[in-house]
Amino acid sequence: MRLAIAPEPGRSRWYAVAVALLFLMTASAAATEPEGDRKDELLHLLQHDCGSCHGMTLKGGLGPSLLPEQLEDKSAMMLRATILIGRAGTPMPPWQDFLSEEEADWLVGRLQEGISDAN
Amino acid sequence: MRIDQLLLATALTVMLAGCAAPRATGDLGVVVERASGSLTLVETTNQTLLKRIKGLGDLSHASVVYSRDERFAYVFGRDGGLTKVDMLSGRITARTIQSGNSIGGAISQDGSLVAVSNYEPGGVKVFDARTLELVADIPATYGEEGQLSKVVGLVDAPGQRFVFSLFDAGEIWVADLSQPDQPQITRFKDIGREPYDALITPDGRHYIAGLFGEDGLAMLDLWHPEQGVRRILDHYGRGEQKLPVYKMPHLEGWAIAGDYAFVPAVGRHEVLIIDVDTWQEVDRIKVHGQPVFVMGRPDGREVWVNYAFPDNDTVQIIDTVSMQIADTLKPGKGVLHMEFTPRGEHLWMSVRDEDVVRVYDTRTRREIANLPADKPSGIFFTARAHRIGL
Repeated sequence: MRLAIAPEPGRSRWYAVAVALLFLMTASAAATEPEGDRKDELLHLLQHDCGSCHGMTLKGGLGPSLLPEQLEDKSAMMLRATILIGRAGTPMPPWQDFLSEEEADWLVGRLQEGISDAN
Repeated sequence: MRIDQLLLATALTVMLAGCAAPRATGDLGVVVERASGSLTLVETTNQTLLKRIKGLGDLSHASVVYSRDERFAYVFGRDGGLTKVDMLSGRITARTIQSGNSIGGAISQDGSLVAVSNYEPGGVKVFDARTLELVADIPATYGEEGQLSKVVGLVDAPGQRFVFSLFDAGEIWVADLSQPDQPQITRFKDIGREPYDALITPDGRHYIAGLFGEDGLAMLDLWHPEQGVRRILDHYGRGEQKLPVYKMPHLEGWAIAGDYAFVPAVGRHEVLIIDVDTWQEVDRIKVHGQPVFVMGRPDGREVWVNYAFPDNDTVQIIDTVSMQIADTLKPGKGVLHMEFTPRGEHLWMSVRDEDVVRVYDTRTRREIANLPADKPSGIFFTARAHRIGL
C-alpha cells in the first residue's frame, strides 16, 4: 500500500503559511464584523438611540437624515470620526465610550448601504 | 305572556341595553408603539388593554392631543402623519400626511383647530379638527434668503393662540388664530441659540423654551408680550463643562410644586429648582443621569424623573418638600415616558426594551400591573383634553 497523504516537506510549509493567512483573515474579519448579538445591539442602538435625533427610520429629525443618499458625499473616515468624537458646535455627542472603532466602522458601512425597515 | 317568556324577554332587553350601554372616555388613553406604528388603547380604571390600532405610520417621537369632549385622539407622527382616532370605536376616522417630517402638535383653546409643528418643510400647519382639512400654513421663514427653520415646542395658549419656537432661527412666534384663515403672527427674535423644546405653564401665562446652544431658558410672559422674551437662569452652568447629550430633554410635564418648578438641566446630571415668582434658581438636585422627563405628580408632592441613554433603566422620585431623592426604581432598560392618572394615584411607565408598560401605585411605589406593548414610547391619557399646553 502506498502512503498517499504524507506531503512533501516544501508543500507542508506552504500549507502552514496558508493556514496562518487564513487565520489572520478570519481574525481581522472578526475584528471588523461584530458578533451576532452585538450586531443586533448596534442596530437597536442606531434605530432607537441615534433615532431619537435622526428619526427611527433615520430620515432625519432634529439631527440630519442618515439615509445613504445623504451620506454619498461624505467619507467613511469622516463619518466614523463624527460617530466616535461627535461634532463640536452641534448637538451630536461622542459615542466612543459605547462603541469601538470597528463597531463605528461597521455602522458606517450599514448606513452607507442603507438599512432595511426590517431592522 | 307566560312567565318563562317574560323572563326571556327581560333577559334579552337587559342584554341589548348592555350592548348599547354608552361608555365614557375619561379613563381612557393610548400607548404609542413606535416600532410597529400602532397605538394601544388602554383604560386606567382596571389597567387593561382594549384594542390595538394599526396603520399610523412612523410613530417615533409621536405625541397625542385630545378633542375637548375626550372622544378623539389626534396623533402626530414623525413621518408628517396626522391621524384622528375615535377612542370609543378604536378606529381611525381621518388621516393626512401633512409634511415630510414633523415633531408634535397642539389643539386650540376651543378645540376647533389642530396645529402641527414641522421639521421638513419647517413651519406650522393648522387643520380643521373635525375634518383634518388644511386651514392655515405658516412657513417658519427667517434670514435674508428666507430659509425655513425647524419648529419645536408648539403649544396652545389662551386666546385661540399657538406659540412655538424656531430651532434654527432662535425665535419664538405667537400665532393668533381667532380668524383661522388669517393667522396674526408676532415674532420674537434673538431669543437664544437652538431652542430645542418648550412648555407653557399650566395657567397658560408663561411660555418657556429650553436652549441647547447656550445656557439658560427663554421666557415669554403672555400677559406682558410688550416686555419681550427674557432670559432666565442665564448664569446657570457658566464655565462648567457640559456632558455630551444623548437625548434631548423634554420640557412638557415639568413639575410645579408650591412656589417651585422642577426642570431638567441640559447635559448635566441635575434637576434645577426655580422659584416661579422671581424665576431665579434656588437649588439643584444631583440625580442619576441626564434627566429627560421631570414629571410632577398632579398634587405636586413628588416628581418622577427618567434619564437619557445610557442611564435610561432608572427612574428617580424627588420629594418636593425635602428636595431629596426619595426613591430609585429600576424598571428595565429604555424607560421612555411616564404619565400620571389624572389625580395621581397611579403612574404608567413605558419600558421600551422590555416591551412592557408598568403601572405603579404612587403611594407604595410598587408595580401593580404590567401590560405588554411593542416598543412602547409615549403614554397619553384623555384627561389631557382639559389642560392648557397639553
